[in-house]
Amino acid sequence: MTLPKPVPQPTEASQPFWEACRNHELRIQRCLECGTLIHYPKLRCPQDGSDKFEWAKMSGKGEVHSYVVARRAFHPGFAEDVPHVVAIIELDEGVRLISNVVGVEPESVKIGTSVTLEWDDSSGEYPLPKFRPIEGADA
Amino acid sequence: MNLHRKAAVTGIGETTYSKASGMTDRQLQLQAVERAIADAGIERHDIDGIMPSAHGQGFTCEGFSEHLGLRQLNFSATVHFGGANGLTSMHTAALAVASGAARHVIVVAGRNGSSGARISGRPQLVQANFEATREFESPFGANVPMHFYGLMAQRYMHLYGATSEQFGMVAVAERAHAALNDNALMRKPMTLEDHQASKFLVEPLRLFDCCIESDGAAAYIVSAADAARDSQNKPAWILGVAEGHPDSPTSVATRPDMLRTGVGIAAPRAFGIAGIDPSELVGAMLYDPFTFLVLMQLEALGYCKPGEAGPFVASGGIALGGALPTNTHGGLLSQAHSTAGINHICEAVRQVRGNAGKAQISRQGPIVVTGNGDFGDGAVAILSAD
Repeated sequence: MTLPKPVPQPTEASQPFWEACRNHELRIQRCLECGTLIHYPKLRCPQDGSDKFEWAKMSGKGEVHSYVVARRAFHPGFAEDVPHVVAIIELDEGVRLISNVVGVEPESVKIGTSVTLEWDDSSGEYPLPKFRPIEGADA
Repeated sequence: MNLHRKAAVTGIGETTYSKASGMTDRQLQLQAVERAIADAGIERHDIDGIMPSAHGQGFTCEGFSEHLGLRQLNFSATVHFGGANGLTSMHTAALAVASGAARHVIVVAGRNGSSGARISGRPQLVQANFEATREFESPFGANVPMHFYGLMAQRYMHLYGATSEQFGMVAVAERAHAALNDNALMRKPMTLEDHQASKFLVEPLRLFDCCIESDGAAAYIVSAADAARDSQNKPAWILGVAEGHPDSPTSVATRPDMLRTGVGIAAPRAFGIAGIDPSELVGAMLYDPFTFLVLMQLEALGYCKPGEAGPFVASGGIALGGALPTNTHGGLLSQAHSTAGINHICEAVRQVRGNAGKAQISRQGPIVVTGNGDFGDGAVAILSAD
């Protein structure tokens, strides 16, 4: 039996994030008191403890903060994906998240590579925010 | 009060490390405990505190009491920091004996990490234990420690110019040490060429950048200063011990500085309590699930300046005969990985006692031990004969 890929299981803190993904919008939790962008979503703002939030739409632009080229799949759901790039993306707005860099040979990805958001609708209920290098941009 | 010389490690015990023990986790842990008690030369009834492991299918506190016939249990606790459990437990145990809550606390960990539930087969486990990873990282294929630590390794290489060859020199040095150790699993000599020929699993990490998986258990006894004389051994004094936890402890990706982990946070406190400078160390037992973490920790401890650990290791600095012989038992990379780092503590104690056999470090002086678990929880201890 092969295991399917893990899919997001929203919590009471993260439901608005994933609901926005359904609309192909990358929205990050922002504290209404102090304006801090918070990711991953939390029940309280880590800066001031507030529980009042808005969900701010991101530009979708960012850069590779770090990355690996996964050459062996340790979860059977990714057996057909390897080799693939698992990366930490730093959005222009300053928050970081783990995603994949797609649409490019893994060997060409570098720290500092400029990327832009691309939605992956193949993952089931919630589209996944993935990233593609911006052609012509300096790494 | 701080923990300077308030407690000592007075007994150590390890099972044989193997790929298939033929024993249960409980039998392995019990054997390690019995060997630590025998090593200390105390009666099992003298044990009045126990710290069972959060890993594997071992005994709970009550189970140990039953199967060891403990008559007066005054203290028990279990910590939950993955591979840092072995050493963060030293912090907890030292607090317990220094306060008078207990006199002899035994710490144990061990499991069938090879023949049983394998550590590399952990994607489901990671998902179960870490909410952020399960929800935000595993859907993208980041689901085993190699992914998260590979991301750290790549960033470290980028910032400091560290190379895969420098990582390889850690593996080579530790393998050479394992060859001196009858209870090390991987004793076949390794060259840098062997390391460089090993496949990338999660690039930049090659197969030989990753620790082995083993069956086996280890235990040690932390005794109060005035109880250390109960032991037949020269005490390994805990000069200082501290634990540290990174910002966003469940997420490598979102912490402000992804390379600032528990070991670096704990180190100034541990050395401050010990009252020594890192330059005074004569040896190191550094938690080494991946080669590059040895480089990062040499810098996090303040022994090497940032970016200088790679050249230090490449020039033989961590080999026996080098300036800071490191993981003289073979470490997680070549001895064993199933004891939450207690095998490092056992080796540090042997070095302090001066009975580390062919791996004995020639200089006498303080030995540092580190633990690192989950996504960077850590601990630092400094042990010494005096």
